[in-house]
Amino acid sequence: MTVDTKLTYTNEYIEQFSQDRNEPEWMKTLRLEALEQVEHLDMPEPDKTKIVRWNFTRFHHDFVSGENISSLDHLPEEIKDFFDQDNLPENLLIQRNHSIAHAALSKELKEKGVIFTDIFTAMNEHSELVEKYYMKDGVAVDEHRLTALHAALMNGGIFVYVPKNVQIEEPLQAVFWQEKPGLAYFNHVIVVAEQNSSLNYVENYISNSEEETVANIVTEVFANDNAKISFGAVDNFAENTTVYTNRRGIAKRDATINWAIGQMNDGNTIFENITELVGDNSLSHANTVTVGRGKLIQNITAKTIHWGKNSEGYILQHGVMKDSASNVFNGIGKIENGASGSNAEQTSRVLMLSEKARGDANPILLIEEDDVMAGHAASVGKVDPMQMYYLMSRGITRKEAERLIIHGFLEPVVAELPLESVKKQLKQVIERKIN
Amino acid sequence: MAGSTLEIKDLHVSVEGNEILKGVNLTIKGGEFHVIMGPNGTGKSTLSSAIMGHPSYEVTKGSIHLDGEDVLEMEVDERARAGLFLAMQYPSEISGVTTSDFLRSSMNAVRGEGNEIPLMKFIKQMDKKLDALEIDKNMAQRYLNEGFSGGEKKRNEILQMSLLEPKIAILDEIDSGLDIDALKIVSDAINDMRSENFSTLIITHYQRLLNYIKPDVVHVMMQGRIVKTGGPELAKRLEEEGYEWLKEELGIQDETVGEQA
Repeated sequence: MTVDTKLTYTNEYIEQFSQDRNEPEWMKTLRLEALEQVEHLDMPEPDKTKIVRWNFTRFHHDFVSGENISSLDHLPEEIKDFFDQDNLPENLLIQRNHSIAHAALSKELKEKGVIFTDIFTAMNEHSELVEKYYMKDGVAVDEHRLTALHAALMNGGIFVYVPKNVQIEEPLQAVFWQEKPGLAYFNHVIVVAEQNSSLNYVENYISNSEEETVANIVTEVFANDNAKISFGAVDNFAENTTVYTNRRGIAKRDATINWAIGQMNDGNTIFENITELVGDNSLSHANTVTVGRGKLIQNITAKTIHWGKNSEGYILQHGVMKDSASNVFNGIGKIENGASGSNAEQTSRVLMLSEKARGDANPILLIEEDDVMAGHAASVGKVDPMQMYYLMSRGITRKEAERLIIHGFLEPVVAELPLESVKKQLKQVIERKIN
Repeated sequence: MAGSTLEIKDLHVSVEGNEILKGVNLTIKGGEFHVIMGPNGTGKSTLSSAIMGHPSYEVTKGSIHLDGEDVLEMEVDERARAGLFLAMQYPSEISGVTTSDFLRSSMNAVRGEGNEIPLMKFIKQMDKKLDALEIDKNMAQRYLNEGFSGGEKKRNEILQMSLLEPKIAILDEIDSGLDIDALKIVSDAINDMRSENFSTLIITHYQRLLNYIKPDVVHVMMQGRIVKTGGPELAKRLEEEGYEWLKEELGIQDETVGEQA
């Protein structure tokens, strides 16, 4: 089988797709320009992972609607576990395949001007607002072939907007359910928190597609002056889905963006999580946990780029690899000239549970300024036999002791997830994967 | 039969090919409090680790039986479930696992499937023991041993012993690093366990612990063997006169063994 990265999508196809979605003119133009660039741009080159043989071209892109979910009392079996039935979120979007199957936003938040809707509706109702943020200051169309491809083929996603001075306590949850086998997910999520606002947002990707396909996800998160965003995610793509996920944050003056990401895909994955600390005193914690099994190959990069003075960026990556899964963590702190008083710290740890599992942890510091603090730590190893001995000496079986140590190892990130039900759900996914 | 019997015969143990124990014989019966004394580097801790099944210690000869069951055939966790307990000198830190979750897991493991302790009952019991050991209740929610002071770690070991109610507890230098108040509290907790169903092997090189805990049998270890056994009066004499008289009596120049010296 030859490795074919050539695309068969034409201008006509894209125009038609855009028209069917009733998109504004700027979006259609953006798509067409992106399509032009796809061929000329290179594929991304994740550090230390070869992706040339991965499937990025075989998928079904057509827009597929999912059946409505009228009542949360009768959630489909496949996604039931991802909710806490006794504590269903008041603000919830469920995207089934490419369409919204369930949408709920409290009256109070609506009145305050909060927008929480699918990306196509948002483009119709708030065209200028979406245009302002869509692949401009966050992820650029021409970063590489996959970002251009994303821009050309975007076929789902949501738009979250919190106006100035609006503080939201209760979390907003989005569930993206790839129900139909082979369906491609070119999802685009934009989260905007205006000045002095705050928001807890959690998203889940769920798929059980046995057919091969592709997920190409771009998420852009903007925290304007003194805004605070807590962003949680659990990604759960099936084995035959090749995943490219790009989550980008832009933090302005005194703003905070905290990430807590559970990367639980079974399909080969590139995950890039860059936070640009643009404003003075901006802050970011970028936490990721992952459990790899089977033949998974995964490359996870977290990067904080410090532009603002006294900006702080903390990266924490913990991964557990079993079977013949392999994982590369890159934790990069980059401090630009002028970002004095900044602090960049990276910690990357991989725990390997089998002889064939592979782990790599690369903390990298790139510093262009003198007056800064920075530090990093990395480790790749097996379960500590002394910890096993200690737990087993209290009667705990080998299997249970290992389970405790693994959960404990992942706990620092799991604990940061902003929604109790998602935390519980992530623990369940971890449990399933390590057993 | 009241209590359990631990029977150690001609035990030889090596660490990385280095023989540390050279034929230990020891029998502990139900209800008995034994103490092993001796200077540093004579094999005391090796004995306790070998009984529990520490992965770095290899038994090259001899036997250990608990009520007739071959302990050396058991995995570490099986030994614990059979009723052995070791309060460790250097307990591991387990990040991300709260002390309370760990305690409940180990209690349920020892109690066995179908006999798990109900949550409320567990909390009640734990709180009671925390109070008795004068441990801050916050400790239950902290990660196991992580960032604990030396004294907190020791108390945590004794807390586990009290909750797990083993048949035979080996206490490896439980007194080191404890101030006098903590020593009293820990001793009280050990004395509270005294019954015909509980025996203990206390390893120490200080006599001061014996001001609070009355041993039935006192052993002295040198050169990887038990070289002298007596009653409480033996400990008293060692405190007053040191080990020199004993070395002289036994014709021992260097009491240490292996590379531990």
